[in-house]
Amino acid sequence: MLEISLFYIAATVALVATILAMTRANAIHALIYLIVSLLAVAVIFFLIGAPFAAALEIVIYAGAIMVLFVFVIMMLNLGEEGDAREKQWLSPAVWAGPTLLAVILFAELLYIISSVEGPVSTAQVTAKQVGLTLFGPYVLAVEIASMLLLAGLVGSYHLGRRALDRNIHEADARALSESNSNSTSDSNADKGAQ
Amino acid sequence: MSELMPVLLALTILVGGIALAAIMTWWERRLLGFWQDRLGPNRLGPFGIGQVAADMIKLLFKDDWVPPFADKVVFIFAPTAIVVAMMMGFAVVPFAPDTYIIDVNIGLLFFLGMTSLAVYSVLLGGLASNNKYALLGGLRSAAQMVSYEVFMGLSLMGIVMMTGSFSLVDIVEAQRDVWFCFSQVLGLLVFVVAGIAESHRLPFDLPEAEHELTAGFHTEYGGMKFAMFMLGEYLGLILISCMITTLFLGGWFGPMFIGDWLPPFVWFGLKVFFVICFFVLLRAAIPRPRYDQLMSLGWKVMLPITLVNLLVTGAVLLWMEGA
Repeated sequence: MLEISLFYIAATVALVATILAMTRANAIHALIYLIVSLLAVAVIFFLIGAPFAAALEIVIYAGAIMVLFVFVIMMLNLGEEGDAREKQWLSPAVWAGPTLLAVILFAELLYIISSVEGPVSTAQVTAKQVGLTLFGPYVLAVEIASMLLLAGLVGSYHLGRRALDRNIHEADARALSESNSNSTSDSNADKGAQ
Repeated sequence: MSELMPVLLALTILVGGIALAAIMTWWERRLLGFWQDRLGPNRLGPFGIGQVAADMIKLLFKDDWVPPFADKVVFIFAPTAIVVAMMMGFAVVPFAPDTYIIDVNIGLLFFLGMTSLAVYSVLLGGLASNNKYALLGGLRSAAQMVSYEVFMGLSLMGIVMMTGSFSLVDIVEAQRDVWFCFSQVLGLLVFVVAGIAESHRLPFDLPEAEHELTAGFHTEYGGMKFAMFMLGEYLGLILISCMITTLFLGGWFGPMFIGDWLPPFVWFGLKVFFVICFFVLLRAAIPRPRYDQLMSLGWKVMLPITLVNLLVTGAVLLWMEGA
């Protein structure tokens, strides 16, 4: 009984936090609500017998991916203008259509859930079971996912590297032209020193 | 009694953790003074321990000010996040046999999750201050924490492989004969470095490097909110020391050849004390690296070391299984 009430509390927190995350105009406030929502989902995972998934949800989603989101927001430096623009985008004309469609899907989902018998499973899924399943029947999927990640890593390295090389070339060219002009006229060198 | 034990222990950790963090502020300065051939705070009370009370009174009576240009809610929330996350981290630390708050089979992951949540404190504090130095400090900490978290987690996987469990109690039990600091030397090395980076202490205190960023992410903070950041930082230091003791130094077991002639909790406390003093020594001895040096150290040295450690550990385990 306690578990069921805990589940519903966590589920309510997750729902409220997610809705608030969508409707906040301030990006940072939205992100904080999203983090709360992820934590609530982790609690739900823990309650329905998947502690390993719960821990990974916190370590990877709340602890790493969302940090990168906040990192990007910090770089953008949105400020008041960003909030105003975001408010403009959230006009009823924009969200009414998608909401209507989502409500239809939600009604269908409720109908499906109501036809399912009781709790699906109460068994604990331990870290060992997850590992055995991942590297047993699903080893191909794991390998493909790791290749995809490696491709992403190499790609981003390449892009970053190219920008770095270009900057170095430009800096070299600038240094070269400066040293040339320095040798031709002393007045330029004085200007440079100032 | 056994029902009540976790609650009592939680209260003890809450009070004891805050008290220890307060005493640490004095002990660290005294040790730094000793190692750097100067005095440190030695005026108030015996050995200057009254300095703790003086500092606390001063912080408590300071004006609790929120800058008008700051994001008020986030600004006030930020310092609490680090304290809550670090306190939660203590829940899985086994101080002695049967003396822990919870023993879950994901204990190690829980600790990693809590330390990664502590990042938000620094990030949001830096962002909500609406100050360019604070923002730079927050940005640095985001990059630093995200990269060092990777090695922190990976450096512990060798231990998990050798134990076959994420439970910290099982991990301590597995060190009954040989501590993991011998079989997982590379893991220990990486974990210590990542631990310093996670608790952003010198030499890896780039988020608050006072020479270049005034005070980094907590530039705008004062009074009790600043004290919360300091508390969180010292709790983090104690938590990392507890984890190093639990994971690599045999937890509550006495050293080999000497035996268990002291109570388990005393052994644990002594080891944690030793690790804390080691961290203070690092602070006294090593200068702060440049930001890009920190990053390249992480990705070009620490990551390969952890991967080699994982590979060798796995190979040896498979070989021993086959033999």
